[in-house]
Amino acid sequence: MITLTHYLVLSAALFCIGLFIILSKRNAIQILIGIELMLNAAILNLVAFGRFDKMNNGGQTFALFAIVLAAASTAVALAIVLNVYRRYRTIDPGKIDQLKDR
Amino acid sequence: MNLITVMFYLMAVIAICSGLYVAASKNLVRSVFMFFITLFALAGIYVLCLADFVAVTQVVVYVGGILVLILFAFMLSGRESLAGVEGQENKLINLSKVPALLLSALFLIVLVNIYFKADVDGLPWIANAVRTGDTFAPTTVVINNLGVTLMTRYLLPFEAVSVLLLMALVGAAHLSRKEEGATS
Repeated sequence: MITLTHYLVLSAALFCIGLFIILSKRNAIQILIGIELMLNAAILNLVAFGRFDKMNNGGQTFALFAIVLAAASTAVALAIVLNVYRRYRTIDPGKIDQLKDR
Repeated sequence: MNLITVMFYLMAVIAICSGLYVAASKNLVRSVFMFFITLFALAGIYVLCLADFVAVTQVVVYVGGILVLILFAFMLSGRESLAGVEGQENKLINLSKVPALLLSALFLIVLVNIYFKADVDGLPWIANAVRTGDTFAPTTVVINNLGVTLMTRYLLPFEAVSVLLLMALVGAAHLSRKEEGATS
């Protein structure tokens, strides 16, 4: 029988891989992938705990909500990355140093 | 050691190894394709958690989202924007990655330590749910109850998510066509 701790440790490992990607990469799209990995780790926690909630389905419902919101936020983030690339000709977050129009 | 345990460890190893490959790869396209494999392994783990509908949603929604991501990666990361990155990452021991590695490893140690100290399997509400039979069995039909609770108990979050999804899509469309008319 797979206990809940297995799922939590797996989710912690995925979360820390995502954290490493966010901290070390110099490409906005790879940073977005890291954010998606961290969100997936959180969704795995929701699903693992949702196995013990058959009547109300809290975990699975909010996992569905989190998946949909992650897709929406990906769309918005890609639009922002596109605009940043048009303006700065680079998508390295270290080289983007101002928010207002030049 | 039955089949479910073997499947769980197989999926977990696939997910963690492909995640590590995403973190270590210099090639952007290859890391995006390995991220696909991570998502599919996570969908398999959701099936092992008896959450079939969430697994199907994961595959459908994330594959759609990540396909858009691949297209943008191909279009945006031209030769000139990747050149500086690759020249910086060619060294075997990269000194600039040591703080990130240290921070994430320490965070992993803290999280795992907390999980082992907290004794998650013996939480009161979980023991209560196991005693009263509130847990999923492999023969449970998930989708009926999920649809009913989504339309009754979770109706307000459902509507809020739909409005927010509309806002996000309109905002994304507005952001991506703002510079077309040669304004600024």
